[in-house]
Amino acid sequence: MMEWIARSLDRFMPPAASSYALDIDFVFNLVFWIVIAFWFVLVQAIFIGLIVRFRKRDGVGAQYITGELKHEHRFIAWPHYVIMICDVILVAAAIRVWYNVKQQLPEPDATVRIIAQQWAWSFVHPGPDGKLDTDDDIKTVDDLHLEVGKTYHYLLESRDVLHSLSIPVFRLKQDAIPGRVVTGWFKPITTGEHDIQCAEICGIGHGLMPARVILETPEQHAAWMAGAGTSPAPGTATGE
Amino acid sequence: MATQHVEPAHEHHAHPQESWFRHYMLSTDHKIICFQYMFTGMALAVVAGFFSYVFRMQMAFPGMHVPGWGLVTPNEYNMLITNHGAIMIFWVAMPVLIAAFGNYLIPLMIGADDMVFPKVNRLSYQIFLLSAIVLIASFFTQGGGFGGAWTIYPPLSAKPEYNLTPWGSSLFLVAVALEFIAFLLGGINFITTAMNSRAPGMSYHHIPIVVWMIVIASMLFMASVGPLIAGAIMLVFDQTLHTAFFDPNRGGDPILWQHLFWFFGHPEVYVVLLPALGITAEIITTMSRKKLFAYKTVLNTAIGTGVLSFTVWAHHQFVAGIDPRMANIFTVMTLIISIPIAEMMFVYIATLYGGSITLNTPMLWALSFIFTFLIGGVTGIFLGASGADIYLHDTYFVLAHFHYTFFPIAIIGTFAGVSFWFPKMSGKMMNDTLGKIHFWGTFLGFNGIFIPLFITGMLGDHRRIFDHNFFPELATPTLKGLREFATLSLLFMLAFQPIWFYNVITSLLWGKPAPKNPWNSNTLEWTADSPPPHGNWPTLPIVYRGPYEYSTPNRSEDYWPQNVPS
Repeated sequence: MMEWIARSLDRFMPPAASSYALDIDFVFNLVFWIVIAFWFVLVQAIFIGLIVRFRKRDGVGAQYITGELKHEHRFIAWPHYVIMICDVILVAAAIRVWYNVKQQLPEPDATVRIIAQQWAWSFVHPGPDGKLDTDDDIKTVDDLHLEVGKTYHYLLESRDVLHSLSIPVFRLKQDAIPGRVVTGWFKPITTGEHDIQCAEICGIGHGLMPARVILETPEQHAAWMAGAGTSPAPGTATGE
Repeated sequence: MATQHVEPAHEHHAHPQESWFRHYMLSTDHKIICFQYMFTGMALAVVAGFFSYVFRMQMAFPGMHVPGWGLVTPNEYNMLITNHGAIMIFWVAMPVLIAAFGNYLIPLMIGADDMVFPKVNRLSYQIFLLSAIVLIASFFTQGGGFGGAWTIYPPLSAKPEYNLTPWGSSLFLVAVALEFIAFLLGGINFITTAMNSRAPGMSYHHIPIVVWMIVIASMLFMASVGPLIAGAIMLVFDQTLHTAFFDPNRGGDPILWQHLFWFFGHPEVYVVLLPALGITAEIITTMSRKKLFAYKTVLNTAIGTGVLSFTVWAHHQFVAGIDPRMANIFTVMTLIISIPIAEMMFVYIATLYGGSITLNTPMLWALSFIFTFLIGGVTGIFLGASGADIYLHDTYFVLAHFHYTFFPIAIIGTFAGVSFWFPKMSGKMMNDTLGKIHFWGTFLGFNGIFIPLFITGMLGDHRRIFDHNFFPELATPTLKGLREFATLSLLFMLAFQPIWFYNVITSLLWGKPAPKNPWNSNTLEWTADSPPPHGNWPTLPIVYRGPYEYSTPNRSEDYWPQNVPS
């Protein structure tokens, strides 16, 4: 059931490439089924039905209903108790996923630094020693190389104005703020090559900040790392 | 019943010494000030509508030579989207819904001869006009108009080397601050007038809902705007005097601006929503000949929504770098605010039950308000749920959502109100057939624009990107097709708008003279002449009952005006 809800609107979403992408889709789809498929359809049907049913007809006057009496008022009171119950379910689902994605930080296998500026993304990957801020760090512009199955922490920085790191296939979005380092996490689960966008308007080049995330198997990643050591910042890597 | 008693020359006889300029530009009459606000707002709506045409053409057909504009450069694109948003909210929705309808309706509906501070009222419009001139002037300065989105986030807005609009960004803020001052003056008037000048017999529960809504909206505005005016001044200081309130390199904090902005920005949604809801209430009760279902519930939910609207602002900032624990509080509050709004929608729908519904132009607008606002409301739940917002934030899903709230408010609410009160305002009836043609063209066109944009947003289309071709996953045929469909729908919708202007002008010139009370409505404005003279009534009316006594049992007529003794 949960899995079905999580996948029910798949065709309207990009592929799910992070460990929590389907959780976020689950919240989206849960809202869809409760709020759109049930509430919205029901209310619009009643609304349009009433308009059709109570069109002006000759000789039939309107009724005098104040809505203040108890048996009248229950027509709006009861639905709104049901809304409260729905709200509790939605809040619980939303907060559970939010906690997992944004509030907690699982132990990382590696850490990457992501730096936004007008108008480019640069990425600092740990080198073969697996540690950031050492001599063998691999710096790239516009290409983020990640290994599938590893949990990453990201350290998000900005050099000038607000930017926002958005990786739609991860369902992840986080603003970058000058003067702060924002820490978060992700864990890629499939290989492939996908868009990174800037999601916060950052000046005239805002639409010109495309970057790519390249999700690699451990072998591909090792090969990229070996190649990157000699020739820095390759344009694209083999990311099938 | 005698119907033809309106002679257009009547007012001129009353004030023969007044020149045209004095009468229409320097008037202290609340009705003339309504028209000033309304015409200024509508003129700016034409500007903002043209902007939307230009950037939607660029979205659908990137790099095209847009007829009437030319090639759209990235900085022009940013300027167009920024000013489209700012104009529609601050210079169209606010002046038309609050200032124009507030000015026209409050004195007439509560049985007063004018506002309590007529000269403050005049000053309010003059400052508003100045703010509009400052904004328009900013487009023609070196570097062009501001292009950092209507939310004006620093550091982008704070430094010319970031935004490349040294004059545009400062003038934009000055214009916004002036505009707020104008509405503060207006709000003082609305609240004071509604509290002090009501006709004898008009208790709190006899006040028409639209007056309540405008008064509550004015209170919300006055309570929320302080932080933003302070913030705007701090930001202008950052720009011009190089202070560092929002400059992270010198100890300032850019997130502070977001809190100041959204502490105002979210109540602002309700500031414009409530008057539109009020207009809808007046129309659906009159046109379905029904008493408003549960008047007190409507009033209480409006007040409840207003109070709660101060506690939800950070849902605009879930992923902005605030403490993630804070998001949980704002998720809860945001879903709580859905409860009174949903209840209000239920009340409106319940009002239709047992009615005798006439589907004329004002009623079509009022019903379409409910239909479209429901879409706006339910799609807001996706965004209020923090877990889903991580993905949807700043996508076209957000854009489509708030257009489904603001379009019903600013456009549908305005057309509903104007078509309903046009006979009173002008003394002429509008052509109902042309009104319906215009309605269907606008309604279908609007839905055609924004339904596809929900889907592009779900597929990962981000806002404010002037050419999606730079992103391989956004340049797919599906997404391109959806964007083109949205733009063609916009062209379809815009093509219907001249019909409305034609209808207004021909009705003003040659329309059928309007009787005092063409819709057989209960509220006091329909007891004045059409149009009402300066001072509104020869003797002020007395109120005997609430405003929604339609189809009362044991009466021959299906309405019972507030001023008729029992």
